[in-house]
Amino acid sequence: MTVPSGGGVERLSGWGRTSPVWCSVRDVADVDGVRSVVASVGGRGVVARGVGRSYGDAAQNSGGDVVRLTGDGIVLDPVSGVVTVDAGVTLDALLRVVVPNGWFVPVTPGTRFVTVGGAIAADVHGKNHHRDGSFGGWVRSMDVVLASGDQVTVSPSSDADMFWATVGGMGLTGVIVSASVQLIPVTSSRMLVSTRRFDGLDALMASMVERDAEFRYSVAWVDATVSGRRLGRGVVTWGEHASPADLSGRAAIDPLGYAPSQRIGVPGVVGRVGVVRRWNAAAFSEAWFRKAPVSRDGEVQSIPAFFHPLDGVANWNRVYGRRGFVQYQFVVPDDAADTVRTVLERVVASRPADFLNVLKRFGPRGDGMLSFPMPGWTLTVDLPVVDGLNRLLHALDDLVLNAGGRVYLAKDAQTTPAMIAASYPRLNEWRTVRDRVDPNRVFHSDLARRLEL
Amino acid sequence: MRTATGDTQTIVLFGGTSEIGLAIVAALITPATRHIVLAGRNLDACTEAAATLNAPQGCHTHVVAWDATAPHAHQDCIDTIVDLIGDLDVVIMAAGVLGTQAHFDTHPDDAGRAVVANMAGPLTTLTATAQQMRTQQHGHLVVLSSVAGIRVRAANHVYGATKAGLDAYAQGLADHLAATDVHVTVVRPGFVHGRMTNGMKPAPFATTPDKVAADTIKAIRTQQRIVHSPNILRWVFLALRHLPVTLWRRIPG
Repeated sequence: MTVPSGGGVERLSGWGRTSPVWCSVRDVADVDGVRSVVASVGGRGVVARGVGRSYGDAAQNSGGDVVRLTGDGIVLDPVSGVVTVDAGVTLDALLRVVVPNGWFVPVTPGTRFVTVGGAIAADVHGKNHHRDGSFGGWVRSMDVVLASGDQVTVSPSSDADMFWATVGGMGLTGVIVSASVQLIPVTSSRMLVSTRRFDGLDALMASMVERDAEFRYSVAWVDATVSGRRLGRGVVTWGEHASPADLSGRAAIDPLGYAPSQRIGVPGVVGRVGVVRRWNAAAFSEAWFRKAPVSRDGEVQSIPAFFHPLDGVANWNRVYGRRGFVQYQFVVPDDAADTVRTVLERVVASRPADFLNVLKRFGPRGDGMLSFPMPGWTLTVDLPVVDGLNRLLHALDDLVLNAGGRVYLAKDAQTTPAMIAASYPRLNEWRTVRDRVDPNRVFHSDLARRLEL
Repeated sequence: MRTATGDTQTIVLFGGTSEIGLAIVAALITPATRHIVLAGRNLDACTEAAATLNAPQGCHTHVVAWDATAPHAHQDCIDTIVDLIGDLDVVIMAAGVLGTQAHFDTHPDDAGRAVVANMAGPLTTLTATAQQMRTQQHGHLVVLSSVAGIRVRAANHVYGATKAGLDAYAQGLADHLAATDVHVTVVRPGFVHGRMTNGMKPAPFATTPDKVAADTIKAIRTQQRIVHSPNILRWVFLALRHLPVTLWRRIPG
């Protein structure tokens, strides 16, 4: 591995901290920088990395090059709400510019610390997937540096194959350098939130089926520390963007005011030992459940409180300790809703030190060839790495595959090439496009190697 | 690549018919395993051995020609394997011949050949493998040494000397790679019941290939540099190593 100028060798891992590797990292400010990295790439290839929030090994390249884009351009068309933004800009930075102007990102995942490039490459989804689809559906065009070094502008109308291979393509078709994204209009920076608490999984899922259509945003937290009748008890929250008329007090004076507060952090020493244990995960889950109102409507919440609660704690991924954790996320079709219960039963039976589990209904699938969402249910569970976790995850993979579902590449660090090939029906179509634009595999990542993409 | 839980996708065994080597391969196999390579001189025996491995669905088993006593071909062999399976996750060096001291005493040329088979050949392959793993920036080398190399006994001093040499090389390699994510584990079994020791009188603390494999797996997981199997031998040989030579020579066997 050669150490290039303008960068250095860094130990990189995903947010789950499971498989750290040494990569040669280059920070570049513009398209010319990206081109020079692509032109001088070594035998192990190169992959673009944003802020490292994908959980697994998607944005790392063991022994190879990694390119980070430092450009911070944000140009908002205040009439159409289309923003043209450099790929390395985070949704956090973007929101700080667009929210005070009456616009909001069309899709945000559970953290605003993801880059626009990463959001496209993983085709991220949010609490509004059942209504608004995933991020890629809102991208009007993007500039991509190809393996040849050429910069091209692709849109669904100019080169649909390349566009939809890049949306959800995990950075393996080229380096996204900027994108034009349609924003959605908002009249305040607050959310109106309805909350319902349920003592079991069936009632919780039934309520989501029944009421999701009423709300733009919807998500449920489920408890993975209780079994039996209480299995899958949890709290559903639905939300809408509030209008100024819904606000009172200081919020009413400046309805579009948006200034997420300074964050507290988890110190590095915690990352060595971890602090989550079975007993405190169970205690946390119990407290979280009890704290939630049985039923509440019309609660006003800030954008960070509703969308990004974990962003309030910097480096929260350290709480699981040195071996890291896997955030296992799968989707199964509506007719396999019972698989959600089966998976949850298996997880609870393994008694993990786990407290963050999110259940969500997906709407129609997008056009990204490797995009994760499909209509149905998606469940996310945090599983700290312990001996035997591999067996549990392979068993869950089998359940998900048999139910016609799949796992999310942006979070995966453990599944098999066979699982991906069997569950992503457009994989070969994607490979055809990739082979056309990158026949020599200039763009490579540990994820691509591990899953033989 | 490694998975999040440390499972290995590719496993290569040099000395493809070694009982201990095969036991380690078997213990490393998980549903994540994609490729297993058995490299050895006797391809039929390697193929037979491959059939006994309980490879998971979707895992490819390959047999590759590799002769410890032909080091000039080793670099090509490594390149062939990398072309075949991609990144090398775990590579096990288990090639070796025991021989008898009485034979070596009267056939010095065979003693020299034993050095090539047990040390020079493995060293060549390990060097080439280490270079590949440095390029990958990950990987784990498992080197089968022996307690016989800790203090070389009169009764098998040629064999002991080859293992001592390989053991020293592997430790130096581990230090050389200390700043990388390439790890080396030196395995020092005691007397292991099996084909190699058939008909011999078992030494104290005799063990089996499966037990050595279990100890090795644990050492790989914890990135332990040297593992004795069984672990008690670590203390036994610590004592023996410091025994005055007059006492050492009186130990029978």
